[in-house]
Amino acid sequence: MATNKKLKWSKYSQLIVPVLSIVLIVIFNLFRDPSFFSIEITTNNAGSTVLTGNLVSILNGASELAILAMGMTLVTAACGGQDISVGALAAIAGSVFVKVLRAGEITPVTIALGIVACCAVAMVFGAFNGTLVSVFKIQPMIATLVLFTCGRSVAYWINGGATPTVESPLITAIGSFIPGVPVPTPILIVVLMAILIGLLFKFTTLGLYTQTVGINQRAARLNGINTTGIKLVSFMILGVCCAVAGVIAVSRLSLINHETLLLDIEMDAILAVAIGGNALSGGKFKITGSVLGAYAIQALTITLYAMKVPSTDVKAYKAIVIILIVVIGSPVVKAKLSQVWKNIRSGKAEKEAAV
Amino acid sequence: MKLNKSLKRREPLTDTQLLLTITICIFFGMYFLAMAIWGGGFLRWQQVFDMLNNNAALIIVACGLTIVMIGGGIDISVGGVTALVVMSCIVHMNNGGSIFTAVLLALGIGVAFGLVQGYLISYLEIQPFIITLAGMFFARGMTTIVSLEPQKIAHEGFKQLMKTKIEIPLLGYTAKNGNLIPARMEIGVVVALLIVVIVFILLKKCRLGRQFYAMGGNSQSAMMLGVNVKRTRFYSYLISGTLSGIAGFVFMMHTGAGNATNAAGAEMNAIASSIIGGTLLTGGVGNVIGTLFGVLTLTTIKSIVTVSGLRDPWWQSITTGAMLCFFIVLQSVVLANRGKGGLKKMLPGWLKKPEETDAGKL
Repeated sequence: MATNKKLKWSKYSQLIVPVLSIVLIVIFNLFRDPSFFSIEITTNNAGSTVLTGNLVSILNGASELAILAMGMTLVTAACGGQDISVGALAAIAGSVFVKVLRAGEITPVTIALGIVACCAVAMVFGAFNGTLVSVFKIQPMIATLVLFTCGRSVAYWINGGATPTVESPLITAIGSFIPGVPVPTPILIVVLMAILIGLLFKFTTLGLYTQTVGINQRAARLNGINTTGIKLVSFMILGVCCAVAGVIAVSRLSLINHETLLLDIEMDAILAVAIGGNALSGGKFKITGSVLGAYAIQALTITLYAMKVPSTDVKAYKAIVIILIVVIGSPVVKAKLSQVWKNIRSGKAEKEAAV
Repeated sequence: MKLNKSLKRREPLTDTQLLLTITICIFFGMYFLAMAIWGGGFLRWQQVFDMLNNNAALIIVACGLTIVMIGGGIDISVGGVTALVVMSCIVHMNNGGSIFTAVLLALGIGVAFGLVQGYLISYLEIQPFIITLAGMFFARGMTTIVSLEPQKIAHEGFKQLMKTKIEIPLLGYTAKNGNLIPARMEIGVVVALLIVVIVFILLKKCRLGRQFYAMGGNSQSAMMLGVNVKRTRFYSYLISGTLSGIAGFVFMMHTGAGNATNAAGAEMNAIASSIIGGTLLTGGVGNVIGTLFGVLTLTTIKSIVTVSGLRDPWWQSITTGAMLCFFIVLQSVVLANRGKGGLKKMLPGWLKKPEETDAGKL
């Protein structure tokens, strides 16, 4: 019974760090300003009732990051390395989306076409990264450095060097609110993606195989798993995630700016994976952890904004918090803490025995 | 006796001399091609010195990164630290500080980053990517906290130092009016080249340098052979941090202005240069001379793209990306065939070393 309980706990022990960091941020905010958590029901410009408040903006703002973190977790688990080209790839996908939409009238059909087109393009680029990693055996960070260097320029080139706009109520519906639904659409898209990926793991062996490849590639291959294929698929799934994130980011502003679209998001996405308790060297993974990590990062950012920290300075404070979190979560400190805990407990036990 | 002698021939530690040779050949090939096609600026020595002048800071940063990468780590905070040093030193000097204290400040910031990051990575065993990423965020954020507005240097002595250039009349060219214009080299270049030489000696001749290779190749066996892996790793980040501090000062001597976006993307450029120069991110393999040529190759590509009329802003990074892709695929192919003799089979017979031919084998 006791071992069973332990097993159950160890299954979730990975989630301790992200949950702890979210709880810390929440407690900090409770002390700082309890009204931080108030959610209001207001009427927006379009006349529909919507939810507003810091909590909603945390959930809403972290949407792209959460989606990218899902794909990044897979790539990290399978390849033991990270993709640093996700921001650039999202910019390319966004450009393709805009290009398709600007070709004619914006209708639900063209939007669907645009999404399919940008997913396809992003998958091709994902497959390019995946080929470099799996066939040519280049470390993921280096392989994706290629797309990182030239991705934004390719995005620029697709639209001929302009920053075009796509104005339509349909695009606004994707980027902010569907009329009549009080929850921001990006949150719904995250839920949809989470369900899709959940189903993928439920009904295929992808999750298990990915873990196996990440833990021991040779053993996986000797057991008949197509390691090259698994890596390639993980990169292609990440490509789709990038495309969805790109579409959301474009729809938010109804325009695309290749230089600033999801800038530096690759770093945040990797951070989300790490805070989520996944080993950056691959192997076991938990996508829930990464998504929680993404929300923790966004909660931290919004808290800093609420404290009137200028947006340019946020990075410095973020860095300090990140370092604190990873230091607490580091194996050495964990071992020391558990040693201290053990000493305290054994001391107690001795006392009890003495009594 | 004869057999003994042939056995004594020192085998190179790694096969990557080949990678280094390829990089150097491609650099010279590209440069000579540019000379032949576009002539003009490429025919003058000044072009070479300009490449060095503009990239002295990048060379220094890339040297530090090469050491870290040989040790099997990664340091992406270097660009941020460089920017922070530039901004702080300029603000310091504009508020009445002297050049000497500015140098101390630059070194101090670099060493501080190296110490903290090195400690966290080597003694607390946290992933280097996360720590140096946080370091980058911190440095970039601090840069804007120090000053959000772009700063221009107002210190007279430093302006004088910036203008001081080493003139080499021998490599100059004659202008249209008959005056000899000597080639000019900035002081930063001397610093950069000196650092390349020092790092080269450190890596090839010192115990610490060899320990970097051992640790990067296989930290487990290095530890079993008595290398203090934690301390060695700590030193690698310390050196990298210190060099980024120096790079910041050199950067300032070149531009004389501080901006929040200074040295943007320097970390990726430095990583790319190291890779083109034959350093592997897995560790244990690398050469600082290769890194120097990596920087020069990247710069040459950029100037060729500009000269050849592809003036649209996107072409430069697209070609850089394509070149990078070519180099990493080449590296991967070379390394995959390492030890199998696959590459040697491709060479024509007269290029083979005598002992590898059948006659040599006996």
